[in-house]
Amino acid sequence: MSSITELMPFVVLIPLIAGPVCVLLPGRGLPWLLATFAMTTAFIIAALVLAAVFDGGTLRYAFGDWPPPVGIEYRVDAANAFVALLITGVSAILLPWGKPLVDDEVPERQGSFYALVLIALAGLLGITLTGDVFNVFVFLEISSLATYGLIAHGRDRRALIAAFRYLIMGTVGATFLLIGIAVLYILTGSLNMLDIAERLPVGEGSRALDVGLGFIVVGLSIKLALFPLHHWLPNAYTYAPSLISALIAATATKVALYVLLRFIFDVFGPAYSFTALPLAAGLMALAIGSMFVGSWLAILQSNLKRMLAYSSVAQVGYMVLGVSLTTVSGLTASFLHLFNHGLMKAALFASAGLMVYRCGGMGMNDLRGIGRQMPWTLTAFALAGVSLVGLPPTAGFISKWYLLTAAVDAGQLWLVALVLITSLMALFYIARVVEIAWMQPRPDDAPAVEEVHWTLLLPVWVLVAANFWFGIDTRLTVGGATRAAEALSSGALP
Amino acid sequence: MTFISLFNYWAVIALMMTGYYCMIVRGNMLKKVIGLGIFQTSVFILFISAGKVIGGSTPVLREGVSTYSNPLPHVIILTAIVVGIATTAVALALTVRIREAYGSIDDDDIDDAAEEDDRV
Repeated sequence: MSSITELMPFVVLIPLIAGPVCVLLPGRGLPWLLATFAMTTAFIIAALVLAAVFDGGTLRYAFGDWPPPVGIEYRVDAANAFVALLITGVSAILLPWGKPLVDDEVPERQGSFYALVLIALAGLLGITLTGDVFNVFVFLEISSLATYGLIAHGRDRRALIAAFRYLIMGTVGATFLLIGIAVLYILTGSLNMLDIAERLPVGEGSRALDVGLGFIVVGLSIKLALFPLHHWLPNAYTYAPSLISALIAATATKVALYVLLRFIFDVFGPAYSFTALPLAAGLMALAIGSMFVGSWLAILQSNLKRMLAYSSVAQVGYMVLGVSLTTVSGLTASFLHLFNHGLMKAALFASAGLMVYRCGGMGMNDLRGIGRQMPWTLTAFALAGVSLVGLPPTAGFISKWYLLTAAVDAGQLWLVALVLITSLMALFYIARVVEIAWMQPRPDDAPAVEEVHWTLLLPVWVLVAANFWFGIDTRLTVGGATRAAEALSSGALP
Repeated sequence: MTFISLFNYWAVIALMMTGYYCMIVRGNMLKKVIGLGIFQTSVFILFISAGKVIGGSTPVLREGVSTYSNPLPHVIILTAIVVGIATTAVALALTVRIREAYGSIDDDDIDDAAEEDDRV
């Protein structure tokens, strides 16, 4: 037990240390090998940590043996262990997949490229595991800065603009979070999450505290790409290299949602958060806005990656909708969809990456009729799409089922209709890609394409299989999400 | 009297709004980066001014002094300043690359160029 506690910080430290080493490694093989090795090791440790948390409750590790309110501690309960498992797992699968695509899209200086990948992941994992609010800010900026650099690696010159605009919006979001942290520090004199929660003058209804909560919610909503703050996301996902699109789509917004929940439920406490501001109503309105605007814009796109990016905005809506029900079952549905959406979007972006790799363009016209040439890739895309739409027996079905059950339990029957309508919209835009690729003939002047090598297909199919596996065997996902929701709300919600 | 005793907060808010205005309204990317810098600095000042104890001396141990200002915000903000510098550096590096790729760092020109890219 204690050995796991001492091993736990290495989930963050391994990628953080491997990153700078990557810069020094020459060539194309070694940096990739180190990155893959680091993330696989981190994944194994994260799995052990999750098992230990399920067994024995919260793990705490104080850095430098300074006791928690003074020093920095890593505090891991079911909620963060679950998110850490998603990040490390998805990246351990995607890094082997991305090798030939990165060789193609980022031919030079791969050492620094993989270093940025590792540092971005280390930052995300740091946000996830830490129990210190200032540490959250620092790790958020570490991962964001690395991500801006990675997006700028896209070959299209519009990638630079996307990275710059993401930088402006992302820094505003992070600085808003810092303002919120400043207010918390001024009111309590502490930076440890648990310590703040104990010291907050909640009963007195302080104006400053309301302001702090407001800044933190808005700041993290930018990072989360909640409508109408999603403007940075579509271009950033579209023009980034394929590996980066898949990685950040599966991880970055999920981590932002997790931190938001940690602040709302653990630092401020649900009793305060949901009464001080009309947070439940506000989040519900924005979530519904996300679902409809995201799905609608996804239907309108003629660019495959941008379509998937707008679909991510819609899916963020489902996750926030679960939170806005302010019940444990709603929170469980949120965590479940957080995990499942990571899996389905990774699979979708991964298979889309393969199509772009072979066709050279991302437009729907480039994809015309490639279904017969690349059957395995397109089948993977269609099956991951089935999961996105939410048909049984996929992971997407399970998370939508729990979301609908939570809505019915909360007495909000009308939400059922909205979720079903937006699911039909998702069916429409996924079916359109399948139709263009399978049913339409390949234009005569189009360059010939052929199926990619099986080593590229294998990780995609592992992700697709995971989508079906977690649609049938829900012990890990539902169990983890339930425990995560219970750990966050600690019995304060109905 | 309340106004003067809350002077640090007014100064912070004025700076914050100046920076924010610069970021939103200015089309020139360099000016956006400068606005970002002002915006971040205002939050640093908010933090540091919160650590001042009235009548307290600098947090250096010496004889005859018993009240010290709180040094923790300074230490924290040192980290935040480093983060801010890194952000500015990345933003400026991107601006240089954008200038190389588009020949301009003005939002309107770039939007026009990006629209043409979309059509191709």
